[in-house]
Amino acid sequence: MTKISMTVDGIQYEDDVDPRTLLVHHLRDRLGKVGTVVGCDTSNCGACTVLLAGKGVKSCTVLAVQADGMDVTTVEGLSGPDGTLHPVQQAFHNSHALQCGFCTPGMIMAAVDLLSENPSPTTDEVREGLEGNLCRCTGYQNIVRAVQDAAATMHATAPPTAEAAEPASTTEANAQEVPR
Amino acid sequence: MIPAAFEYTRPSSVDGAVQALAEGGEDAKILAGGQSLIPMLRLRFAAPSVLVDLGGVGGMRDIHDDGEHIVVGAMATHHDVMSNQLIREHAPLIAQATATVADRQVRHLGTFGGSLAHADPAGDLPGVASALDATFEVAGPSGRRMVSASEFFVDYLTTAMEPDELLVAVHIPKLTGWGTHYEKFNRVAQAWALVGVAAAVRRSNGTITEARVALTNMGTTPVRAHGVEEALADAPADEGTLRDAAARAAEGTSPTSDLSASADYRAHLATVLTRRALHAAGGL
Ligand SMILES: Cc1cc2nc3c(=O)[nH]c(=O)nc-3n(C[C@H](O)[C@H](O)[C@H](O)COP(=O)(O)OP(=O)(O)OC[C@H]3O[C@@H](n4cnc5c(N)ncnc54)[C@H](O)[C@@H]3O)c2cc1C
Ligand code: FES
Ligand code: FES
Repeated sequence: MTKISMTVDGIQYEDDVDPRTLLVHHLRDRLGKVGTVVGCDTSNCGACTVLLAGKGVKSCTVLAVQADGMDVTTVEGLSGPDGTLHPVQQAFHNSHALQCGFCTPGMIMAAVDLLSENPSPTTDEVREGLEGNLCRCTGYQNIVRAVQDAAATMHATAPPTAEAAEPASTTEANAQEVPR
Repeated sequence: MIPAAFEYTRPSSVDGAVQALAEGGEDAKILAGGQSLIPMLRLRFAAPSVLVDLGGVGGMRDIHDDGEHIVVGAMATHHDVMSNQLIREHAPLIAQATATVADRQVRHLGTFGGSLAHADPAGDLPGVASALDATFEVAGPSGRRMVSASEFFVDYLTTAMEPDELLVAVHIPKLTGWGTHYEKFNRVAQAWALVGVAAAVRRSNGTITEARVALTNMGTTPVRAHGVEEALADAPADEGTLRDAAARAAEGTSPTSDLSASADYRAHLATVLTRRALHAAGGL
């Protein structure tokens, strides 16, 4: 057993883990963060994507011990304390960017990661930026649209008050309906 | 989906890592970004007794200029490499090829050194390192040694490193006045190369003075296309030269046949992709 400490969605956890534990299993089975899902056995699908030290990674391809001392954000940590959805979550809801929803947690995290580096991606840049995430249902069209809508919303609301601002266009939809 | 049990150690220096490898014995393995190793552990294709994680070793992620070379720390991630100004300026071939590796998530963790040490013939960076005549700085119990690219890649997933050695850094000669290009052919966005071609071409007036071409996935190691290089040296920089040179791309190679492509198809691809790579690198 190895002692690790990591901050997940803003809360610090100390745990003893078997070194062979994958980060995704640690998140789901130990910390109850079941919003992050496993969709494949080959590191291809991206459904398990989380932010590790702010960068998108496939949590099925990271050992929990490698994340010792680091900050992890899962899809469960995106919404505000009052339940307000993150602009990317809201845009997925608005654009109907999902059908079965299994790829959605990973798609959203990958989109958040992409937008943090490229705040206004072209359609091609969105497709390329999400190449590590597979969706077997939607055909990607609405996913790409949602990411671009989210980018626009984040632009409109970012400066000068940054993240906390609540975009007018996102208040009308019902937050609870978004599956994960 | 769950790896076999192993012991885990996270040394804080290169010497500490060398020592941990020695103490771990034959079945000890280095863990870099884990983007090739963890999938293999999960499928239990690999079951090391000890994993020596380089994630805590200071300085192994640095990229610096030593005058003649750009020295890339083995633990620099694909993402670090692609966005590094020194690499973009002095070794744009590496930045371009790295952008074709896997996807954003894999590139955030996967390392330059790990890709080379893994020595997968379908990996993009071994071919690039060969074309650039990179030198590999290897650390072991008796100190450091330098290994040339032609000696480093020995066989399928096998390098010239001993089990008690590790890759510390890669020295990339700066290419001034060369044009370079990496041409990769794959079936879907995040897939490995069926074949890839790394080309570097130097021109002076209307002549190609020197060219280096290396092939990805045309054998068990990256292969330098010596026939192509010979045909280009001191030849006029025109369409005919490129066509004739590219036609020799598959000479001396031994591509495999698999579900995605037959050996004959790969040999054909090599000639087509070489022509494209030379066009782009030669500015024709
Ligand atoms: C979905 C997916 C798609 C991919 N697509 C591509 C692609 O298109 N092209 C491509 O080139 N690669 C691709 N890769 C592989 C990726 O580039 C890996 O990052 C790389 O192969 C290994 O680097 P790593 O740092 O993750 O090494 P690890 O996985 O940690 O290690 C790989 C091997 O190298 C050894 N090793 C690592 N570092 C050292 C060192 N410093 N000294 C000695 N031994 C060392 C380890 O012991 C292990 O045997 C893909 C991977 C995935 C998961
Ligand atoms: S579950 Fe991680 S990539 Fe598919
Ligand atoms: S919505 Fe079903 S996999 Fe994407």
